[in-house]
Amino acid sequence: MAIVQLTISALPAHVRTARLMATAVARRAGIAESALDEVRLAVGEACSRAVEAHRVHCPDQPIQLELIDGAGNRPLTGTQPDPPVPATPPNGHQAQRFEVTVSDRAPAEEAGGPPVNSHAPGSEDTHPEDSLPGDVNGLSPDVGLAVIVGLADDVSIEPHDGGTVVRMSWPLGNTGTAVDPPLSTS
Amino acid sequence: MDLKLDHYTEDDTEIVVVEGEIDVYTAPRLRELLIDLVNKGNVHLVVNMEKVEFLDSTGLGVLVGGLKRVRAHDGTLDLVCTQERILKIFRITGLTKVFGIYESVQEAIDKRKSK
Repeated sequence: MAIVQLTISALPAHVRTARLMATAVARRAGIAESALDEVRLAVGEACSRAVEAHRVHCPDQPIQLELIDGAGNRPLTGTQPDPPVPATPPNGHQAQRFEVTVSDRAPAEEAGGPPVNSHAPGSEDTHPEDSLPGDVNGLSPDVGLAVIVGLADDVSIEPHDGGTVVRMSWPLGNTGTAVDPPLSTS
Repeated sequence: MDLKLDHYTEDDTEIVVVEGEIDVYTAPRLRELLIDLVNKGNVHLVVNMEKVEFLDSTGLGVLVGGLKRVRAHDGTLDLVCTQERILKIFRITGLTKVFGIYESVQEAIDKRKSK
Protein backbone atom coordinates (compact mmCIF):
# COMPACT_ATOMS: atom_id res chain seq x y z
CA MET A 1 0.00 0.00 0.00
CA ALA A 2 1.33 3.42 -0.94
CA ILE A 3 0.32 6.57 0.88
CA VAL A 4 0.74 10.20 -0.12
CA GLN A 5 0.01 12.76 2.56
CA LEU A 6 -0.62 16.42 1.91
CA THR A 7 -1.15 19.22 4.40
CA ILE A 8 -2.50 22.52 3.13
CA SER A 9 -3.26 25.84 4.71
CA ALA A 10 -6.92 26.83 4.64
CA LEU A 11 -6.55 28.92 1.50
CA PRO A 12 -8.76 28.59 -1.59
CA ALA A 13 -5.72 28.63 -3.88
CA HIS A 14 -4.47 25.38 -2.36
CA VAL A 15 -7.65 23.51 -3.20
CA ARG A 16 -6.46 23.32 -6.78
CA THR A 17 -3.11 21.98 -5.60
CA ALA A 18 -4.92 19.23 -3.73
CA ARG A 19 -7.06 18.41 -6.78
CA LEU A 20 -4.02 18.15 -9.03
CA MET A 21 -2.13 15.96 -6.61
CA ALA A 22 -5.09 13.67 -6.02
CA THR A 23 -5.62 13.26 -9.73
CA ALA A 24 -1.95 12.51 -10.31
CA VAL A 25 -1.81 9.91 -7.54
CA ALA A 26 -5.09 8.37 -8.66
CA ARG A 27 -3.81 8.04 -12.22
CA ARG A 28 -0.63 6.42 -11.02
CA ALA A 29 -2.62 4.05 -8.81
CA GLY A 30 -4.50 2.82 -11.85
CA ILE A 31 -7.88 4.45 -11.46
CA ALA A 32 -9.93 4.08 -14.63
CA GLU A 33 -9.68 7.12 -16.89
CA SER A 34 -13.45 7.52 -16.72
CA ALA A 35 -13.25 7.95 -12.95
CA LEU A 36 -10.40 10.47 -12.82
CA ASP A 37 -12.74 13.41 -13.27
CA GLU A 38 -14.85 12.08 -10.43
CA VAL A 39 -11.82 11.88 -8.16
CA ARG A 40 -10.79 15.39 -9.09
CA LEU A 41 -14.21 16.88 -8.46
CA ALA A 42 -14.91 14.95 -5.26
CA VAL A 43 -11.53 15.85 -3.75
CA GLY A 44 -12.06 19.47 -4.77
CA GLU A 45 -15.46 19.51 -3.10
CA ALA A 46 -14.13 18.00 0.11
CA CYS A 47 -11.23 20.44 0.25
CA SER A 48 -13.40 23.45 -0.63
CA ARG A 49 -15.77 22.57 2.15
CA ALA A 50 -12.91 22.11 4.61
CA VAL A 51 -11.27 25.39 3.60
CA GLU A 52 -14.52 27.31 4.05
CA ALA A 53 -15.09 25.71 7.45
CA HIS A 54 -11.55 26.51 8.57
CA ARG A 55 -11.79 30.10 7.40
CA VAL A 56 -14.76 30.54 9.72
CA HIS A 57 -13.56 28.59 12.72
CA CYS A 58 -9.81 28.02 12.67
CA PRO A 59 -8.03 29.74 9.76
CA ASP A 60 -4.58 29.01 11.15
CA GLN A 61 -5.10 25.26 11.30
CA PRO A 62 -4.05 23.09 8.38
CA ILE A 63 -6.19 20.62 6.46
CA GLN A 64 -4.87 17.13 5.92
CA LEU A 65 -5.28 14.80 2.96
CA GLU A 66 -4.30 11.20 2.66
CA LEU A 67 -4.19 9.55 -0.73
CA ILE A 68 -4.01 5.79 -0.35
CA ASP A 69 -3.23 3.43 -3.19
CA GLY A 70 -4.69 0.17 -1.91
CA ALA A 71 -3.10 -1.94 -4.62
CA GLY A 72 -0.05 -3.96 -3.81
CA ASN A 73 -0.74 -3.87 -0.11
CA ARG A 74 0.60 -7.36 0.36
CA PRO A 75 4.38 -7.09 0.74
CA LEU A 76 6.66 -9.74 -0.65
CA THR A 77 7.15 -12.46 1.98
CA GLY A 78 9.64 -14.76 0.35
CA THR A 79 8.75 -18.39 0.90
CA GLN A 80 6.26 -17.69 3.62
CA PRO A 81 2.67 -18.35 2.68
CA ASP A 82 0.44 -15.33 2.46
CA PRO A 83 -1.78 -14.88 5.48
CA PRO A 84 -5.51 -14.80 4.93
CA VAL A 85 -6.63 -11.40 3.71
CA PRO A 86 -9.73 -10.12 5.50
CA ALA A 87 -12.43 -8.37 3.51
CA THR A 88 -11.58 -5.17 5.33
CA PRO A 89 -8.03 -5.03 6.65
CA PRO A 90 -7.52 -4.21 10.33
CA ASN A 91 -6.31 -0.71 9.50
CA GLY A 92 -9.67 0.08 7.95
CA HIS A 93 -8.26 0.64 4.48
CA GLN A 94 -10.01 -1.26 1.75
CA ALA A 95 -7.83 -3.42 -0.47
CA GLN A 96 -7.63 -2.76 -4.20
CA ARG A 97 -9.18 0.64 -3.90
CA PHE A 98 -7.95 4.19 -4.18
CA GLU A 99 -8.96 5.99 -1.03
CA VAL A 100 -8.86 9.67 -0.17
CA THR A 101 -9.42 11.12 3.28
CA VAL A 102 -9.79 14.84 3.92
CA SER A 103 -9.62 15.79 7.58
CA ASP A 104 -10.52 19.21 8.88
CA ARG A 105 -10.47 20.59 12.41
CA ALA A 106 -13.56 22.80 12.34
CA PRO A 107 -16.40 21.98 14.75
CA ALA A 108 -18.64 19.62 12.85
CA GLU A 109 -21.97 20.89 14.11
CA GLU A 110 -21.61 24.21 12.38
CA ALA A 111 -19.16 23.42 9.63
CA GLY A 112 -20.54 20.32 8.06
CA GLY A 113 -24.09 19.97 9.25
CA PRO A 114 -25.58 16.60 10.03
CA PRO A 115 -23.92 13.39 8.99
CA VAL A 116 -24.53 12.43 5.42
CA ASN A 117 -25.43 8.85 4.63
CA SER A 118 -23.51 7.48 1.70
CA HIS A 119 -26.77 6.34 0.19
CA ALA A 120 -28.44 9.73 0.47
CA PRO A 121 -29.84 10.96 -2.84
CA GLY A 122 -27.80 14.10 -3.32
CA SER A 123 -30.02 15.70 -5.89
CA GLU A 124 -32.99 15.56 -3.59
CA ASP A 125 -31.18 17.39 -0.82
CA THR A 126 -30.75 20.58 -2.77
CA HIS A 127 -33.24 23.34 -3.13
CA PRO A 128 -31.29 25.94 -5.03
CA GLU A 129 -34.17 28.24 -5.64
CA ASP A 130 -35.00 28.32 -1.94
CA SER A 131 -31.52 29.26 -0.86
CA LEU A 132 -30.01 31.81 -3.12
CA PRO A 133 -27.86 34.16 -1.10
CA GLY A 134 -25.76 36.58 -3.10
CA ASP A 135 -22.64 35.29 -1.43
CA VAL A 136 -19.91 33.44 -3.29
CA ASN A 137 -21.27 30.25 -1.82
CA GLY A 138 -24.74 30.53 -3.23
CA LEU A 139 -25.40 26.94 -2.26
CA SER A 140 -25.25 25.28 1.13
CA PRO A 141 -22.00 23.51 2.07
CA ASP A 142 -24.13 20.38 2.20
CA VAL A 143 -24.41 20.57 -1.58
CA GLY A 144 -20.68 19.93 -1.77
CA LEU A 145 -21.14 16.84 0.38
CA ALA A 146 -24.06 15.75 -1.76
CA VAL A 147 -21.87 16.08 -4.84
CA ILE A 148 -19.22 13.91 -3.19
CA VAL A 149 -21.83 11.29 -2.40
CA GLY A 150 -22.94 11.41 -6.01
CA LEU A 151 -19.41 11.04 -7.35
CA ALA A 152 -17.46 8.69 -5.13
CA ASP A 153 -17.97 4.98 -5.31
CA ASP A 154 -17.97 4.69 -1.52
CA VAL A 155 -18.24 7.59 0.94
CA SER A 156 -18.23 8.10 4.66
CA ILE A 157 -18.53 11.46 6.35
CA GLU A 158 -17.67 11.43 10.02
CA PRO A 159 -18.30 14.65 11.91
CA HIS A 160 -17.06 14.96 15.47
CA ASP A 161 -16.07 17.64 17.94
CA GLY A 162 -12.55 17.93 16.62
CA GLY A 163 -13.51 18.21 12.97
CA THR A 164 -14.86 16.17 10.10
CA VAL A 165 -13.26 13.33 8.20
CA VAL A 166 -14.50 12.79 4.66
CA ARG A 167 -13.40 9.40 3.37
CA MET A 168 -14.08 8.36 -0.20
CA SER A 169 -12.81 5.59 -2.39
CA TRP A 170 -12.94 4.17 -5.87
CA PRO A 171 -12.10 0.72 -7.20
CA LEU A 172 -8.76 0.27 -8.86
CA GLY A 173 -8.45 -1.17 -12.32
CA ASN A 174 -10.73 -0.74 -15.26
CA THR A 175 -14.04 -1.19 -13.52
CA GLY A 176 -14.63 2.53 -13.16
CA THR A 177 -18.13 3.61 -12.23
CA ALA A 178 -20.74 1.17 -13.31
CA VAL A 179 -23.68 3.50 -13.65
CA ASP A 180 -22.13 6.33 -15.60
CA PRO A 181 -20.91 6.42 -19.18
CA PRO A 182 -17.31 7.46 -19.80
CA LEU A 183 -16.74 11.18 -19.55
CA SER A 184 -15.45 13.11 -22.48
CA THR A 185 -11.78 13.92 -22.35
CA SER A 186 -11.93 17.25 -24.12
CA MET B 1 -5.45 26.73 -15.63
CA ASP B 2 -6.66 29.95 -14.12
CA LEU B 3 -9.96 31.58 -14.98
CA LYS B 4 -10.39 33.84 -18.00
CA LEU B 5 -13.50 35.96 -18.34
CA ASP B 6 -14.77 37.98 -21.27
CA HIS B 7 -18.13 39.36 -22.30
CA TYR B 8 -19.80 40.96 -25.28
CA THR B 9 -23.25 42.01 -26.37
CA GLU B 10 -25.20 40.11 -29.00
CA ASP B 11 -28.82 40.65 -29.86
CA ASP B 12 -29.77 42.41 -26.60
CA THR B 13 -28.08 39.63 -24.65
CA GLU B 14 -24.83 39.83 -22.73
CA ILE B 15 -22.68 36.83 -23.50
CA VAL B 16 -20.22 35.89 -20.75
CA VAL B 17 -17.38 33.71 -21.99
CA VAL B 18 -15.74 31.63 -19.28
CA GLU B 19 -12.52 29.74 -19.80
CA GLY B 20 -10.54 27.65 -17.32
CA GLU B 21 -11.41 26.47 -13.83
CA ILE B 22 -14.26 27.72 -11.66
CA ASP B 23 -13.61 26.74 -8.07
CA VAL B 24 -13.51 28.21 -4.58
CA TYR B 25 -10.48 30.31 -5.56
CA THR B 26 -11.65 31.73 -8.88
CA ALA B 27 -15.43 31.82 -8.45
CA PRO B 28 -15.45 35.24 -6.72
CA ARG B 29 -14.23 36.81 -9.98
CA LEU B 30 -17.12 35.36 -11.93
CA ARG B 31 -19.50 36.45 -9.22
CA GLU B 32 -18.18 40.02 -9.39
CA LEU B 33 -18.57 40.10 -13.16
CA LEU B 34 -22.15 38.85 -13.04
CA ILE B 35 -23.07 41.37 -10.35
CA ASP B 36 -21.42 44.16 -12.31
CA LEU B 37 -23.26 43.25 -15.50
CA VAL B 38 -26.62 43.14 -13.74
CA ASN B 39 -25.93 46.42 -11.97
CA LYS B 40 -25.29 47.98 -15.38
CA GLY B 41 -28.69 46.87 -16.60
CA ASN B 42 -27.81 43.63 -18.38
CA VAL B 43 -30.52 41.26 -17.23
CA HIS B 44 -30.44 38.76 -20.08
CA LEU B 45 -27.25 36.78 -19.68
CA VAL B 46 -25.86 33.75 -21.45
CA VAL B 47 -22.84 32.13 -19.83
CA ASN B 48 -20.81 30.26 -22.42
CA MET B 49 -19.10 27.40 -20.60
CA GLU B 50 -17.71 25.56 -23.57
CA LYS B 51 -14.14 26.29 -22.49
CA VAL B 52 -14.64 25.59 -18.80
CA GLU B 53 -12.30 22.84 -17.70
CA PHE B 54 -13.50 22.44 -14.14
CA LEU B 55 -16.60 23.45 -12.21
CA ASP B 56 -17.42 22.66 -8.60
CA SER B 57 -20.31 23.48 -6.29
CA THR B 58 -18.82 26.88 -5.50
CA GLY B 59 -19.10 27.75 -9.17
CA LEU B 60 -22.62 26.41 -9.24
CA GLY B 61 -23.42 28.67 -6.31
CA VAL B 62 -22.18 31.69 -8.24
CA LEU B 63 -24.33 30.80 -11.24
CA VAL B 64 -27.36 30.26 -9.01
CA GLY B 65 -26.67 33.60 -7.33
CA GLY B 66 -26.51 35.24 -10.76
CA LEU B 67 -29.78 33.61 -11.75
CA LYS B 68 -31.44 34.99 -8.65
CA ARG B 69 -30.21 38.47 -9.44
CA VAL B 70 -31.43 38.55 -13.04
CA ARG B 71 -34.77 37.03 -12.07
CA ALA B 72 -35.25 39.86 -9.61
CA HIS B 73 -35.25 42.10 -12.70
CA ASP B 74 -37.37 39.75 -14.80
CA GLY B 75 -34.23 38.69 -16.61
CA THR B 76 -32.74 35.38 -17.66
CA LEU B 77 -29.48 33.53 -17.19
CA ASP B 78 -28.93 30.62 -19.54
CA LEU B 79 -25.93 28.41 -20.06
CA VAL B 80 -24.14 27.05 -23.09
CA CYS B 81 -22.48 23.75 -22.33
CA THR B 82 -22.02 20.48 -24.17
CA GLN B 83 -19.23 18.98 -22.07
CA GLU B 84 -20.34 15.86 -20.29
CA ARG B 85 -17.84 16.36 -17.47
CA ILE B 86 -19.40 19.74 -16.67
CA LEU B 87 -23.01 18.72 -17.27
CA LYS B 88 -22.59 15.90 -14.81
CA ILE B 89 -22.42 18.18 -11.78
CA PHE B 90 -25.57 20.00 -12.95
CA ARG B 91 -27.34 16.66 -13.09
CA ILE B 92 -26.09 15.48 -9.70
CA THR B 93 -27.37 18.63 -8.05
CA GLY B 94 -30.63 18.77 -9.96
CA LEU B 95 -29.74 22.13 -11.48
CA THR B 96 -30.53 20.99 -15.01
CA LYS B 97 -34.11 21.81 -14.06
CA VAL B 98 -33.18 25.29 -12.91
CA PHE B 99 -31.01 26.53 -15.78
CA GLY B 100 -31.68 26.57 -19.45
CA ILE B 101 -28.71 24.68 -20.89
CA TYR B 102 -28.13 24.95 -24.64
CA GLU B 103 -25.64 23.77 -27.20
CA SER B 104 -24.84 27.17 -28.68
CA VAL B 105 -25.12 30.86 -27.89
CA GLN B 106 -27.46 31.37 -30.81
CA GLU B 107 -29.76 28.61 -29.61
CA ALA B 108 -29.88 30.17 -26.14
CA ILE B 109 -30.76 33.56 -27.58
CA ASP B 110 -33.39 32.13 -29.93
CA LYS B 111 -35.04 30.15 -27.13
CA ARG B 112 -35.30 33.18 -24.89
CA LYS B 113 -36.81 35.30 -27.62
CA SER B 114 -39.32 32.65 -28.50
CA LYS B 115 -40.73 32.55 -24.96
